[in-house]
Amino acid sequence: MSFVLSEDQQMLRDTAMAFARDEMPVTHLRELRDGGANGVDAEMRGKLAELGFFGVLVPEEHDGVGLGMVAMGQIMEAQGRTIAATPLLQTAVIGASVLILGGSEAQKAEWLPKIASGEVTVAVAVDEGTHHAPLNIATEAERNGQGYTLNGAKRYVTDGHHADVFIIAARTFGEAGQAHGISLFLVPNDATGLSVQALNTVDSHGAAHLSLDDVAVSEDHVVGAVDAGWEVLEPALDRGRIALAAEAFGSAQAAFDMTLEYMQTRKQFGQLIGSFQSLQHRAAKMFTELELTRSCIAAALSGVDENRNDVAELASLAKARASDLIHLVSNETVQFHGGIGMTDAHDSGLYMKRARVQEALLGGASYHRDRYAKLNGF
Amino acid sequence: MAFDAPEDLDEFRTSVRDWLEENCPPSMRTPMKDDEIVWGGKREKFKNPESKLWLERMGDQGWTAPEWPAEYGGGGLNKAQARVLQQEMRRIRARPPLFSFGLWMFGPALLEFGNEEQKKRFIPDIVKGKTRWCQGYSEPGAGSDLAGLQTKCEDKGDHWLINGQKVWTSYADQADWIFCLVRTDKTVKHEGISFLVFDMETEGVEARPIKLISGSSPFCETFFTDVKVPKDQLVGQLNAGWTIAKRLLQFERSSISAGGFGGTGGSGILPPQEYAKQHVGVDETGRVADGDLRARITDHLMYAKAFGLTVQRSTEEAKAGQEVGHTASIMKYAAAKMNQDKCELLVEALGTDGLGWDGDGFAEDAKKATRGWLRSKGNSIEGGTSEINLNVVAKRVLGLREHQ
Repeated sequence: MSFVLSEDQQMLRDTAMAFARDEMPVTHLRELRDGGANGVDAEMRGKLAELGFFGVLVPEEHDGVGLGMVAMGQIMEAQGRTIAATPLLQTAVIGASVLILGGSEAQKAEWLPKIASGEVTVAVAVDEGTHHAPLNIATEAERNGQGYTLNGAKRYVTDGHHADVFIIAARTFGEAGQAHGISLFLVPNDATGLSVQALNTVDSHGAAHLSLDDVAVSEDHVVGAVDAGWEVLEPALDRGRIALAAEAFGSAQAAFDMTLEYMQTRKQFGQLIGSFQSLQHRAAKMFTELELTRSCIAAALSGVDENRNDVAELASLAKARASDLIHLVSNETVQFHGGIGMTDAHDSGLYMKRARVQEALLGGASYHRDRYAKLNGF
Repeated sequence: MAFDAPEDLDEFRTSVRDWLEENCPPSMRTPMKDDEIVWGGKREKFKNPESKLWLERMGDQGWTAPEWPAEYGGGGLNKAQARVLQQEMRRIRARPPLFSFGLWMFGPALLEFGNEEQKKRFIPDIVKGKTRWCQGYSEPGAGSDLAGLQTKCEDKGDHWLINGQKVWTSYADQADWIFCLVRTDKTVKHEGISFLVFDMETEGVEARPIKLISGSSPFCETFFTDVKVPKDQLVGQLNAGWTIAKRLLQFERSSISAGGFGGTGGSGILPPQEYAKQHVGVDETGRVADGDLRARITDHLMYAKAFGLTVQRSTEEAKAGQEVGHTASIMKYAAAKMNQDKCELLVEALGTDGLGWDGDGFAEDAKKATRGWLRSKGNSIEGGTSEINLNVVAKRVLGLREHQ
């Protein structure tokens, strides 16, 4: 396991941090929100593509840069710092991973270069209920002559409101709760029978409910083996969880920095509020949590690149701890700022709103604690 | 038995491996038993005779203190070589040959602040485990506010004269020598403290064990009545002891967070999830039946994993020459919380089996867990309370100011 960045990774980190700070600050998210963009930002997508960020996981043979998860994690952390809305998690991490891990040669050749160049955005649609439960898939994929017919619904699909293509997890066998019988289907956003209901979400990033009404999918649009989609989906989701944990960590670090700065400028009773011990101890505890969680995320990112056999455990560790961290820090950020933290004009609230989405997506702390315990045999 | 460390790391590894193969006795490659820990010094009884042999052999090599200079009996290894030695010892599961406040705290401080004669006099016996040291820091009136200490030290021309009392002196009743903070100037606080060392057999020194809630007595009250100390046993300059004291506290906190905590329970205690499975039972899917307890155990395991990864990370960052900062204070705080949480969970998972004291009717491991839980309450007090550590983090790491 490696905790120190290589030169390439450090360079990418510096670039991503500078880009987030200069090109997509929190004020940019406000502009998008106030303009009703619902997190959709074609211009930003173009800039991210120019930087090569969509192709970080994509191998060079498919026009990506193949730098791996540690590198991707640096970008996710950077976008987390400014709670920026980008399609990177779904497209460059989860979507790309599904295709890299499970795609046929023809599918990889068709889709990966388009992902790497930013030409298409992907949304992997899994959950059907209000809580992350990737095995609880009831959407049906029925075999017909030429391929499959999909019927069902997906809830709160991140980037679903502006994805060019979906990867839909549907059931070809068995029943909800079982791993065997899940298959993955590539479905373009203009497929007949697919309707996309855009959602206005609390974090201003947007999302969508999908409903599938006799959507026809041809045989060559199945990703991975029929009935065995779980073998591709689970590791792809783990990469997504680790990337999202890195993003949430970036948000927590930024919110903490903002709070620390306020503690050193705001005065009450003629004193800097940062000199009050009750606040100092809470800040020191948050700092300890930040440092402990930073190590978990670094370990999980490098665990993927090193192909370790405990990636699932590391992913749940990272996501559970990052969820708890951002929950704590976002709440304390509002509280430490007092009245101004309750105003829309201040950024505290934006971090707290994004925090709850980061927590819920791909499984919250309780989901991942349960999974971690199961993986540890109790 | 002389060992010439080859420059080439691979060669070094081979020679270390060969040496360990030949010199590490069989029973020293089995898990440590609580009553076979060697603390050295004149009173050491070596319950397992092979532990004596192992200490002598390692001490001769200087490998109880691998990175200390060879001229004072240390191993004289560089960082990379020391790491190889550590890896090779871990590979054969070799026990640490010596537990010692001399190795962990006093030695590193003396190497930094002592004069040549003092280093020559004290370091070799620390390396070989011949002298057992104790730490005279806390006093009845000076705990968290350590610099408020009052033990009086007067200059009597040809000797120092000490009067006062220390408390929480770990194993003072079994130690040969003490390193001790004393007041040499009453008119100032931090600038009136000096750092002395002296023999515990000196007339006027008395150590009385303190019985703790766990029933054990690892600490003493130590009394000094007209204790005469030779002039050359002052370490550093007169009234400049506070700098040494603080540096030594850093060594202490690092060694505590590196795993040297009282109350971990010792050998034979299972992890909390195992007791939960046994005593609470599991449901049809194999989950511990009490969902709330299961979640809290998992949370603890995750914290422990995060802690381990953070130790690994700071080691790697230090290796790469990156600024590590004041991780010692964060880690001491986190280690105390982690160990206390674990001990609480052990007792809770054991149910009424975790509420025994002694005698029949309770398993040995369960009784150990109970005593360990009581002992663990000291984790957030000894070596700097958690509150003091949080103060240190707030001020030195986060740069927050003192209340005016």
